[in-house]
Amino acid sequence: MKNTILGILFLLLTTVTYAQEKNKKMTFEVDGKCDMCKVRIEKAALSVSGVKYAQWDIPTHQLSLIIDERKTNPMKIKTALVGVGHDTKELKATQEAYDSVHPCCKYRKDDTDDSKEHKK
Amino acid sequence: MKSILYIVVIFPIFLFSQEKLNGLVKEINEEGGKEPLPGVNVYWLNTAVGTITDINGEFTIDYTAAYTKLVISYVGFKTDTLTITKPNKLVHTLQASNALDEVTVTSEKQTTVKSYLQAANVVTVSSDELLKAACCNLSESFETNPSIDVNFADAVSGTRQIKMLGLTTPYILITTENIPSIRGASQAFGLSFIPGTWVESIQITKGAGSVVNGFESIAGQINAELVKPSTDDKLFVNFYGASNTRLELNTHLNTKVNDKWYTGLYLHGNSHNKKHDVNDDGFLDMPLYHQINIMNRWQYINGEKGFVSFINLKYLNDEKQAGELNFNPDTDKLTTTFWGSEIDTQRYEIATKLGYVNPNLPWQSLGVQTAYSGHKQESYFGLNSYNIKHNSLYANVIYNTIINNSKHKLKTGVNYTYDDYDELVNTINYERTEESIGAFFEYNYDDLDKINLTAGIRVDNHNILGTFFTPRLHVRYTPWDKSALRASLGRGKRSANIFAENQQLFATSRQINITGNSSGAYNLNPEIAWNYGVSFLQGFNLFGKKADITLDYYKTNFKNQVVVDYENPGQISFYNLERDSYANSFQAEINYKAFKGFDMRLAYKYYDVKTTYFSGKLEKPLVPKNRLFANMSYETDIKNDAQWKFDATFNWLGKQRFSSTIVNPIAYQLPNKTPAIATLNIQVTKVFSKKFEVYLGGENITNVRQSNPILGTDEPFGANFDTTFVYGPIFGSLYYTGIRFKI
Repeated sequence: MKNTILGILFLLLTTVTYAQEKNKKMTFEVDGKCDMCKVRIEKAALSVSGVKYAQWDIPTHQLSLIIDERKTNPMKIKTALVGVGHDTKELKATQEAYDSVHPCCKYRKDDTDDSKEHKK
Repeated sequence: MKSILYIVVIFPIFLFSQEKLNGLVKEINEEGGKEPLPGVNVYWLNTAVGTITDINGEFTIDYTAAYTKLVISYVGFKTDTLTITKPNKLVHTLQASNALDEVTVTSEKQTTVKSYLQAANVVTVSSDELLKAACCNLSESFETNPSIDVNFADAVSGTRQIKMLGLTTPYILITTENIPSIRGASQAFGLSFIPGTWVESIQITKGAGSVVNGFESIAGQINAELVKPSTDDKLFVNFYGASNTRLELNTHLNTKVNDKWYTGLYLHGNSHNKKHDVNDDGFLDMPLYHQINIMNRWQYINGEKGFVSFINLKYLNDEKQAGELNFNPDTDKLTTTFWGSEIDTQRYEIATKLGYVNPNLPWQSLGVQTAYSGHKQESYFGLNSYNIKHNSLYANVIYNTIINNSKHKLKTGVNYTYDDYDELVNTINYERTEESIGAFFEYNYDDLDKINLTAGIRVDNHNILGTFFTPRLHVRYTPWDKSALRASLGRGKRSANIFAENQQLFATSRQINITGNSSGAYNLNPEIAWNYGVSFLQGFNLFGKKADITLDYYKTNFKNQVVVDYENPGQISFYNLERDSYANSFQAEINYKAFKGFDMRLAYKYYDVKTTYFSGKLEKPLVPKNRLFANMSYETDIKNDAQWKFDATFNWLGKQRFSSTIVNPIAYQLPNKTPAIATLNIQVTKVFSKKFEVYLGGENITNVRQSNPILGTDEPFGANFDTTFVYGPIFGSLYYTGIRFKI
């Protein structure tokens, strides 16, 4: 009896922890600095199948996402982001990818928000 | 027994894993009080779990005991990291970060915004722009906008009609907060029933527009957003007085009822009691009038649950008197002693709106709108009498969602419209009921970069117009930096309300002829038109300052139109279009911020509006082929909340065609064309503080006048009396002053 109940308990816990949500919200940091970066980051994130919503905030560098966990995972998204030249904590863009971003978006030198000075 | 104990143990664990932390983030405002701060980033340190605060500064974030450090950050404020041990409700105040105080933002806010991103050609006019012409109601709000033409005031009713792409208001869908509002019986005077101070912003869409609000729009859509109890000033008073003794008073009172409900009471009154006859034709230059207009709004906001709601109650009473100076309505009404006119309108409206945005899925929302209006106009013009009652019901449900991801958006819904008209034209009674139900789909694709496309279709079933499709398409393509190339196409269909839309015909001696044999309104066919357009916007820097240029070309082709034929001066005829009728318009507009505080807007417009009448294909009367527009504004720097604002608007209208008067006796004949006409308006505003400002202005300061606005004034009950030949100002220059006070 005790074991059955414990079993149910574990089952419940695992369900709670590993449930693959259709609309999972998450936020992580992506390096960048301006409106052009914002478009590039959001576009790259949305190009990953399973990403439903992406919004990158310039001052905090936080990328807020809503994803279908059954179709994608954060690493896939980060791979897409570094592919267009934007660093994340775990994955860094290759020099080649970084070189492809617009000169005004070179956030590795200086990542202060200068979107007020040049709008896209 | 033991098992129950286990269940009791399991439950709390299960619930615990779902636990949320609620909180509220505030800032210290200028008065030293605390205000909720929306949009603040709230996240657990070293995790991917985060959220942002809603409009009320509130947030909800997943909580487990493993999370202890909560980071609260917002640009312009010091980032705080709080240690959380229990998921109790949290209230935190962020401190402004001093380092950022030194940053000055040099980019200036534009008062009229053209989007580089949207698919449709939309111009947003902000409240700052609306203040450039202080007087008085929605029809006059467009005076500083070249996309809309504001006609000179009518000789009898004193109202101003607007035009877009060369077409009059019946072809423009005018909505207030996306509820169709100026239509049917209110078509002629409806714009003067929305006081200017009630308007928060205006969105002008050139071309077909969206399918969401119905099938009637042809030339474009104008949406007026009204002030909202939660964001409008607690107390606002505007007093306006003009040299013609026109007086206006607007007061707004807004209060917060509790943390979710707000209410506002908006009162408007205007009156004009002095008789003017500058041109000595024995007729009033402008009517005597008074209007009381009351609106009560209730606004509900529950950001946590994602609900927003509005309830609007509106009542209007408007009375006008016009005609000969000696006309006394008590003794001369409907007699031939003196020619006179009275127009009395009463209108009430009840509108509700409920919006739900899923707080977890920002793309999912549902909106329900309902509006009811009762409109009653009783009027006479000399010996002609015209009464109309129009009861209208409108209901709309819109659902917004995405397909796959937020690049593909979908709007879908249904709407229902019911209109009951009861008109008395002299002795003839016209009654009709129109009812329609329709469904729409609108798909939007945005690649976040070069392309934005909106494709919509709706199908409607209408008791008079039948079952029909209405397609609309808008595309924006950005070929290079700071540019937008747009194209649009769409179809519109409507029943013409021939009397309500052409009320000026009653102030003439013309005989009314209606030739039609269909089952539609007044036995005339419904009007159907296609509108196509292209527009190109290019932003650039000129001497280091922002500038943009827009080139527009729009074409409206009528498949059928109810032709309003003034070409025989003894008659006004309404009949179905037999051959072609079109309105082509070209507009070039340049905006330039030449130096700090200085804005310049120049526009040139060319119209080719022609209709096939019985007498042949002719230019539409009183539409200038060429028009020039210039607006300059200058604002000084704000010092201690005080500043000066200067504004000047110049309009030049080329020659306009008069409808034919060739069969009249020589004394009552007019030339083929009007002279060209130019007017200049200026306004100066002194802002003393955030609470108080004074403005002073002049309309038509060069005192341009049309000397003979009314034909046949010597014999107003004779065969040649006509008030429909107004092409310029009747009164001449007019000066006004006013104050605005707000808390």
